[in-house]
Amino acid sequence: MIVRKLSNIGVLGINRRNALYTLQYNPRKLYPLVDDKLLTKQLALKAGIAVPKLYGMAEIQRQIKDLNSLLKPYKDFVVKPAHGHGGVGIMVIKEQTRNMYRQVNDLLITHEELKHHFSNILTGMYSIGGSPDKALIEYRVQFDPVFNGISYLGVPDIRIIVFLGIPVMSMVRLPTRLSEGKANLHQGAIGVGIDISKGTTLTGVQGNDIIYEHPDTGNPVSGVLIPGWEDLLKTSARCYELTGLGYQGVDIVLDKDLGPLILEINARPGLNIQIANRAGLMPRMDLIENHYKKLTNVDERVAFARNNFGA
Amino acid sequence: MNKYHLYILTLSLTFIGLGIFAYKTVFLKFPIMPQARSNIWDIEVRISFIAHDTPVKVSLFIPKSTTQYSIIDENFISRGYGLITKKTGGNRRIIWSARKIKGDQILYYRGVVRQISEEEPSSTVKRPEIKKPVFEGPYLIAVESLITKIWNSSADLETMVAELIKQISTPQDDSNISLLLGKQATLLKKMEVAAKVLLYAGIPAKVVHGIRLQEFQRDIQFVHWLQVFEKDTWQSYDPETGEQDIPHDYLLWWQGNYPLVHLKGGGKLQTIISVRLRKEETHTITGQHKQSNNSPFIKYSLFTLPIETQAVYNVLLMVPLGTFVLVILRNIVGFKTFGTFMPVLIALAFRETRLLWGIVLFCIVVGLGLSIRFYLEHLKLLLVPRLASVLIVVILLMCGLSILTHQIGMERGLSVALFPMVIITMTIERMSILWEERGAAEALQQGLGSLTAATIAYLVMNIKYLQYLIFVFPELTLILLAGTVLMGRYYGYRISELSRFKALAKGKP
Repeated sequence: MIVRKLSNIGVLGINRRNALYTLQYNPRKLYPLVDDKLLTKQLALKAGIAVPKLYGMAEIQRQIKDLNSLLKPYKDFVVKPAHGHGGVGIMVIKEQTRNMYRQVNDLLITHEELKHHFSNILTGMYSIGGSPDKALIEYRVQFDPVFNGISYLGVPDIRIIVFLGIPVMSMVRLPTRLSEGKANLHQGAIGVGIDISKGTTLTGVQGNDIIYEHPDTGNPVSGVLIPGWEDLLKTSARCYELTGLGYQGVDIVLDKDLGPLILEINARPGLNIQIANRAGLMPRMDLIENHYKKLTNVDERVAFARNNFGA
Repeated sequence: MNKYHLYILTLSLTFIGLGIFAYKTVFLKFPIMPQARSNIWDIEVRISFIAHDTPVKVSLFIPKSTTQYSIIDENFISRGYGLITKKTGGNRRIIWSARKIKGDQILYYRGVVRQISEEEPSSTVKRPEIKKPVFEGPYLIAVESLITKIWNSSADLETMVAELIKQISTPQDDSNISLLLGKQATLLKKMEVAAKVLLYAGIPAKVVHGIRLQEFQRDIQFVHWLQVFEKDTWQSYDPETGEQDIPHDYLLWWQGNYPLVHLKGGGKLQTIISVRLRKEETHTITGQHKQSNNSPFIKYSLFTLPIETQAVYNVLLMVPLGTFVLVILRNIVGFKTFGTFMPVLIALAFRETRLLWGIVLFCIVVGLGLSIRFYLEHLKLLLVPRLASVLIVVILLMCGLSILTHQIGMERGLSVALFPMVIITMTIERMSILWEERGAAEALQQGLGSLTAATIAYLVMNIKYLQYLIFVFPELTLILLAGTVLMGRYYGYRISELSRFKALAKGKP
């Protein structure tokens, strides 16, 4: 019963996603490009796609000693593991005092605690398989006020699923009090679907449930027009040439001064985006598989998406 | 990529597996059902008493191997006692002794007894010397009239003993017998009197004591029966019916007119005997298969391996079954577990610990390990030393648990040592990271998922019939492989996804 309904809508399940899309279109050898955020950043810069500026990084424990001088010039910054996944190990510092750091959730941490966080990252606490990792220090995004009414702390980011270079489905991930300012759905953030053709928000998903208002601000999540939507779509579509991954999730953040910046690329994007959009991925994927060969450049691909994937 | 390729592969795997299976059952006549089954009992004697701060000596009769049962293992638990075993008068005895000891004392004897499937012929013994008992006055008259009575109504020794037991079992009919038995005619007393009467008549006889081996019983009572020397061996007589040969479940323990336990230097002696049956399959192909011994399927079968190696494969061959179950649970049901095959390894450990104990011990070890791990978090250790520390703590925890449960007398607790500690350590580490990253709910959910998956895998792997089938017909594993390969191409929804996406199934408002 429920199976038939889901397959009528064309909801994509994990087994099918793994077998037909990630296994088939994402060659294993390309994974390091997206698993290492530093590598992704370098690739993007080479391709002329904007990313948050890299302030510095630590690769060996020794470098943590000189952390003070490295961080001194920056009022605010973000620390993240290069091989982190699912948003773990990310620390957002919004202010430096004399010897304390104020996190985005207003918690103060000492220099020692920050050092320990760095060394945890280096030992591979947050990396896949626990292998040694690098800690990146980068520009803290000054996010565009467009989502102010429906966001709590943190940086809302826009996830666009790109299949064979064509944007398929999109949502904006809004931090909540529950997610402690993080934009990852499993940490409690909400996802709000975006109409690919218009660039306006639809309804949202928290957990596995459909929601209409932001749980903390109470404002309706739908109907927000995202500025520069065409640019966003083009940026995401260009990531296909960047990584070569046929099926990927591109995470973009809107900076109020710098415009869209690519945060990271995911080779196995989650499936809850379907709940946020109240639509299944399958029909769109099938349509793309039938037509993608005729589309030669980014403009055509984005136009195809805007024509076919409206809500 | 090619669908037909997959189907041809799985079909041929299944075909080969079923083909060999059919050939072995139809032409080589391998039994599809397990045949030989030997029973094994655990026997425990628990002796408790209060010592008076004086030298203590406890002696206990222990069973010995007979033609029907053999003692395959035994151990004694007695802290601070000296221990000697003695063989006297056809009995085995252990003597615990201590110079100065005080307070509540508990001593254990544990034996493992196996039923011998094919009874050996009993060995011949020399006719024992008889020490004729002395009767006086009315007792003498009673004994003599009883002997005359049973002599007259029997044809040989066997019927005579039967008649004696019959007479003694119903003492109310005969005043002579009532006199001999006295007021409290227990079974033991009856047997003792019967032995005395026979001895007086010049027939070697003795009372032996034993227990009935049952499925499971605590606080077992002893049974007593008569053994009479006949031709050149001791014959047992059923104390109820008087017939020769006692029921098969009688285990001979000791003989003679002595109590089971003798205590010197203490008081409040209490003895509890318990018995538990554990069935063990012995996978043997015997009899009719021997003629077709030249078949390669017999020549190159697992049965040709040494017994210990066979035992290893008996376990290893269940792993494919466990992984098959796990594939179903993960890819079709949608269980979330720590590590891909961790539940199978835990399930293997459950084989020794048994399910309930396994779950309890697993929860204790992981729970304590987690709390230690959270403590270590404060010390800000680097990853590898931290993992190593948790591993050391896990091993210490396992030692502690074993010692503690052993002291309390819970034998199952010892089996905690069989848990794969590295797997447990990794589970603790991953669980604590998950705990921090996604909260307690998610961590506990995955922990519970792992435990449930392990339980289900264990329950399936523990089906005795499947164990037999896969050991005798290892080719059936090919069918499992085919099934697993097929499931690798199951692209449908997982059962858990139905609830995940149920908001979508409702459609737009």
